[in-house]
Amino acid sequence: MRRKRRDRLGALALLVPSALTIGVFVYGFVGWTARVSVSRWRGIMPDYTFVGFDNFMTLFQQDRFQTNMWNTAVFTVVFIAVCLLLGLGLAILLDRSLRGETFFRTIFLFPMAISFVVTGVVWRWLLNPVTEGTRLTGLNLLLHEVGLGALANPWHMHPQWGMVAIALAATWQLSGYVMALYLAGIRGIPEQLRESARVDGASEWQIYRRVVLPLLRPVTLGAVVILGHISLKIFDLIMAISPEGGRGFSVEVPAMNMWFTTFRGLRFGRGAAIAVILFILVSLLVIPYLRHSLRREVER
Amino acid sequence: MRKLLVWLTVAGLLIGVGTTGWAVDEDLAGTLEIVHWWTAGGEKEAMDALYEVFRARYPYVSLIDASISGGAGIAARAVLISRIVGGRPPGTFQVHAGAGTIDPYARPGFLEPITFIYEEEGWVDVFPEPLLEMLRFDGEYWNVPVNIHRSNVLWYNKGIFEEHGLEAPVSMGDFFRTADKLKAAGIIPLALGETWTVVHLLETVLLGVLSPSAYTGLWDGTTSWNTASVRLALDYFDRMLNYVNEDAPALSWDEASALVVSGDAAMNIMGDWAHGYFMAQGWTPGVEYGWAPTPGSAGAFQALSDTFVLPKDAPDRDVVIAWLRTVGTREGQDAFNPIKGSISARVDADRAVYDVYQESAMDDFAQDAIVPSLQHGAAASPEWMDDFISAVGSFVAHRSVDTLHRDLVSAAEEALE
Repeated sequence: MRRKRRDRLGALALLVPSALTIGVFVYGFVGWTARVSVSRWRGIMPDYTFVGFDNFMTLFQQDRFQTNMWNTAVFTVVFIAVCLLLGLGLAILLDRSLRGETFFRTIFLFPMAISFVVTGVVWRWLLNPVTEGTRLTGLNLLLHEVGLGALANPWHMHPQWGMVAIALAATWQLSGYVMALYLAGIRGIPEQLRESARVDGASEWQIYRRVVLPLLRPVTLGAVVILGHISLKIFDLIMAISPEGGRGFSVEVPAMNMWFTTFRGLRFGRGAAIAVILFILVSLLVIPYLRHSLRREVER
Repeated sequence: MRKLLVWLTVAGLLIGVGTTGWAVDEDLAGTLEIVHWWTAGGEKEAMDALYEVFRARYPYVSLIDASISGGAGIAARAVLISRIVGGRPPGTFQVHAGAGTIDPYARPGFLEPITFIYEEEGWVDVFPEPLLEMLRFDGEYWNVPVNIHRSNVLWYNKGIFEEHGLEAPVSMGDFFRTADKLKAAGIIPLALGETWTVVHLLETVLLGVLSPSAYTGLWDGTTSWNTASVRLALDYFDRMLNYVNEDAPALSWDEASALVVSGDAAMNIMGDWAHGYFMAQGWTPGVEYGWAPTPGSAGAFQALSDTFVLPKDAPDRDVVIAWLRTVGTREGQDAFNPIKGSISARVDADRAVYDVYQESAMDDFAQDAIVPSLQHGAAASPEWMDDFISAVGSFVAHRSVDTLHRDLVSAAEEALE
């Protein structure tokens, strides 16, 4: 009994420092940001005068912020969809081929090891928006060289679909990661299940369709949550590709608007409001997932 | 396999956590940390020249060059704010004279007035009156100007202009005639860069249409934004955007100026830090490139001034004051400015060390009407500037002059209320 209590005390002593730091530096600051978001704070001097939801109202009425939200939506959909499809496709291909798996797995996974800023610098050059003339570089030059000059386009400078070009860069970076998730998932499926399906006369396509894919659902869910929280908070990649958010904010996202609003406009209240909106969006994605997986742990 | 999954999940979450934050050196006794955003060609070399002057005078002080590039100083400002509000300001920092100093820093009391240095050094007699007026706030002086930049300058590639028999445009009409000829010849008429350079272009167009006093009145409320002449300027601005490089918003200011150097573009409207850039590229003023006031703005000098300040609770205050004194000396200014492309803030500058462009700028500064620049923090508060940039940034895509005019009018109303 005494032993047990001592263990508990020891555990508590070990937990307290990290719990305290997380409490202050994560939850404390989340709370402080929420407080600032309903304040009038403009300029460098803190001003906590309560103004209700004025900052939020202003934001939602702004064309610029609406564009930001639209951009985030486009990016999230394209980025997640392409990453999942490409990742799954690559995982299945690797699962089928016998030789060179390690080699290709490493190749596809490597981009993930690079920081978004580095990727962004390279893609900034690849996505050069010049479509004709002597100043072509990157993808548009490639298109001209192979005789597909008509396909050259302004990429991230496109007023409506610039975000797709950014999603392209992000996909390049993270579809290998999704591939690894799926590959691990596929390998986790007992061979007997596939074997028995084969015995029952299922074609390979049917095995993937009816056996493997349904069993991969938890992996997909996890991948969506991870990709989703990355895409909602994306900042560094776009800042490196297009520091001012493209043409007419074509690739500006809320996190970038927050940066400019806060540090160029010195509107701390409004900047904090953007942070709170982002926080809510990410919570909407992550909390159901956490609850879901916690419940499963408890069941186990 | 499950272990692998867990690791991959952790790795994925870590990516999201991101990599913000930068290392900032702790200040030590006898050291001076200088925060500034001069990192482009010509700028960095100018700062080094100023350091040389300082080191020669105070060899025992070690200098920490804390330059933070990006976004015309926004990145530097983000670092500054957290340090100043957190009570750990750097020794000194670069800031634009005028509204850019007063609203964010001087009014809330983050700076120490340095009128005493002005008196001891006799600067009131050597800095020109229009500049002193810009620097004064609350009866005190708060910063030491290191230079005067002119922002309403049109730069042009002389080779291209001579080849096509063109002359620097004087009026808006000239500009469009010149631009049409260049366009027909397959040359980009006007090189333009990221959004702040577009705002810069717009403010020079406003100055080109309005008289200097009416233009200055835009920033203090004595001129209404809701007038036909502002509208005319916006129409000109809209037309000008038809003559720019297609990748305009993707380039930084120096990448845009580089188009003039490479001969892809013929003209560039940019402040005279472009002069420093051209020289850093090996060009000689008056030989490879020429300059003129932006269309319609002859007789007006749109000025901005880079300055250094004395933050309250600055570490090693004596060292900071020594730095500020050095910055204000004739020697310091004459070392810095010939490289930077700007002119000395002192009227007694040694003209021999300046080049032909800078001499013309000195003459213009002495006789022209001095007006403040918006983009460079001399005219309006950061909030107003942010709204302005927002409106212009959207305009580049939607190109509706009505919407732009409406946005600018409401930005002015909000700022001046």
